[in-house]
Parts: sequence; structure tokens; C-alpha cells
Amino acid sequence: MIQITVEDRQGSVRDVRLDGYVGQSLMETLKGEGYDMRATCGGLALCADCHCLILAGERDLEPAKDAELITLDTRPDAQDNSRLSCQIRVADQLDGINIRLMGYAD
Amino acid sequence: MKTTRTEEFVTTDIAIIGAGPVGLFAVFEAGLLKMRCHLIDALPQVGGQLSEIYPQKPIYDIPGFPSITAQALIDGLMEQIEPFKPGFSLGERVDRLQQTSDKRFIIHTNEGTTIQAKVVVIAGGLGCFEPRKPEISGLDLFEGKGVNYMVKNPELYRGRKVVLSGGGDSALDWTLFLATIAERVTLVHRGETFRGHPDSAEKVFQLARQGTIDLLLQSQITSLGGNGHLQTVTVTDKQKNASVLEADYLIPLFGLTPKLGPIANWGLGIDNSALLVNVHDYSTNVDGIYAIGDINTYPGKLKLILCGFHEGALMAQSAFKHVYPDQKPSFKYTTVNGVNAF
Repeated sequence: MIQITVEDRQGSVRDVRLDGYVGQSLMETLKGEGYDMRATCGGLALCADCHCLILAGERDLEPAKDAELITLDTRPDAQDNSRLSCQIRVADQLDGINIRLMGYAD
Repeated sequence: MKTTRTEEFVTTDIAIIGAGPVGLFAVFEAGLLKMRCHLIDALPQVGGQLSEIYPQKPIYDIPGFPSITAQALIDGLMEQIEPFKPGFSLGERVDRLQQTSDKRFIIHTNEGTTIQAKVVVIAGGLGCFEPRKPEISGLDLFEGKGVNYMVKNPELYRGRKVVLSGGGDSALDWTLFLATIAERVTLVHRGETFRGHPDSAEKVFQLARQGTIDLLLQSQITSLGGNGHLQTVTVTDKQKNASVLEADYLIPLFGLTPKLGPIANWGLGIDNSALLVNVHDYSTNVDGIYAIGDINTYPGKLKLILCGFHEGALMAQSAFKHVYPDQKPSFKYTTVNGVNAF
């Protein structure tokens, strides 16, 4: 089972089951689950619309590659536990992580 | 490409707001029906987000092109619409819209250009790309009074104390450039390292080692001070130590983010930052104003370039009655008639 905890941009928290989405991007998965995802660049790690904070379980994720880190540098509200959900693939390791979707920093 | 000088008065059939792929292709569909177009875009070049954000990325869902880079698609569209001689006002943001008593529209840009048109087509994608602003209390109080989000006139900073903030290529490049003319340059960056261009990053570290610039890493700007104009910038490091720097100018460089902008105030139907349209012709609730591409919304909307092209074709058929009220549009196949240039 893969279940993660998601806090949306309005602050409401719920658990989301991701079993049927293995291999897909977390951004697209969350969009499919009804979360607001503007995704200006369409998942290319270029716009940072899908910026999220990993509140728990960060170590279980594949580390971010340079392209993702460069884009995160353009977000003034980025923190050490920031990730772009478009660069995270749904896999067993995600079970138990806790994420907060960040605003578009307009 | 013909671009207007600022403060010019332009008369055209269709004013297209947004020069991304959908706005560009609308010129072709309008041109087939003998309607002239003028495009306005806040970005300094055509192509919208394709040229601005991902020019070298391949796109796979354009019919007839198994793979085409974003910039190549824009270049192809520009070649395709060339026979219809569109005009361009680039680097200008649409501000105000008026309607005259004879049902013409007058668009005013922030650079003083005026465009008179019989039809307005909004193909603004996700809106205007505007600088992303960091959350610093009082930031808006100093906008234009010491806080600038882009370097338009480098001479402004000659002999001044300048603080830059950001970790991307533009922050590095402007730090290197302004270090040669400003009295003092300070670069503030959240991280420990720069992942941008390695040469630029190394030069910045070198200047910092020499004492030519101040480099404040793992730090963020937390507040601003001044009296009508920026005077101080407070920088806080990871250990929560705050230091106050004298600053004539602050330049936050955090890329661009799309916003609907002034279009939101034109009385158009809006749902969640998108313009509501009638799917018969992609008209808005204001007669003569259409919205095509990512900026519109309707039941079943898909944000695909492909769909924006389709919307532009139907829009043109409907716009014809505003441009030529006494004529019927005659649908002509390009396979039979070719493309007749203006």
C-alpha cells in the first residue's frame, strides 16, 4: 500500500492512496486526485508551480537532480525540505510521507 | 518582423492579446478570411511560455510532428503567418480597454501604444508573466522607489549601493555586471551554492573572496526600511542573526510567474482565473471579445496547444461578422485556394 498525507493550499489535510499510480509523477497524480495544480511548464521542472514541502519522510525519496534544484532556487519561499512534485515518481518508498502544497508565490 | 514603436497608434481588424502559439495561429485563421491582426505581448519576444520557459523542450502532440521543439514550433508558426503581415507590440502589457460608440475597441498598453480594433481576441495563456515576488513585509511600498524586479537601465545603479537576491543565472549575471559600476553590490542567496552557470558562480565566489562584492549565503531578506525611498535591507541568516545593510536599490530576481493582470477588470466572466466562453465560437460575455487557448474555460476544457488552434479557427469564423458585417464568410479550403498573402 502507498498512502501519503497531503496538506492542500488552503491548509486542509487528508490521506491519499496512490496504489494505482506507480510510476507516474506525483504532480499529475495529485492533479488527478482533485488537487489544484496549475503546472505552467507541464512537469518539466521549470516553473515551480508544484512546489511542495516534505514534512515527513524526505529521506525515503530519490534525491533531487540539478534541474529541480535550479528551479527551486527561483522560489523565494523555498526551504531545505522543498521539492517539485512533478519530479517525484510514485513508488513504494512514498508510503508514509507527509507533504504540504505551497502557493504559487504570486 | 514589424514591431511598433512605443506610443504608436495602430488600427487593425483584430487585436490579439498574447503572442504564444495560439495567438500566432489565430493570425493564420483570420488571414484566410482577409482579417488583419496586431498582437500585443508583455514578453519581449513572441512564443509565450514556449519561448520564455522551455524553448528547447520537445513537444510530442502537435499533429504531423512526432517531435518538435517548442521554439521550432514558434518559428514555424511565424513563417506560416508571415503572408498575413501581422503587427506586433512586444514588451508591452495591455492595461485598459475602451469601447467606442461605433462598437470598436481601443486598447491602451502600459507603454502608451493605442490599438483600435473591431475585435479583441485574448490568447493570453496563463496571463502576463510578471516577476515572482518574495514575501517581504513592506516590499510593495518600495516598488519603483528602490525595489526593481528587473534591470532595465543599468546606469541607474552606477555609484549606488545595490542588493540583489536570488540564486539563478540572472542573479549571478547581474551581480557580475553591476559589480563593475555600482559602489557596492551584495548578493543574498538562500542556499550554500549556486547551481546556475558554473563559470558565473565561480566568478561571483572569486569577487567575494577578493572583497569586491559581499556574498551572503544561507540568508534571506526579511525586511526593508526607508523614508519614501529604500534605505536599508535587513538580512537574516540560518542562525536567525539579522544584519541591516545600507541599500539604495534591491533587485529580487526570482524568475517569472503568470498572472491574469488587468484583463481581470474588463467585466468578462471569470472562473478560477480563466475566462468563461461559449464553445460555439469561443466568445466571452462581451460581444466582440473572444478568448482562446489556456486562458479560457468551458466544460471539458483541455489545456493543449492543439485545442487552442481549433478554438482560433472557430473564433475567426465568428469574428468575421464583426469585421465584415455586410458579408457572409465563405469557407475556402487552402488545398484548393492556397494561402493568399496580403
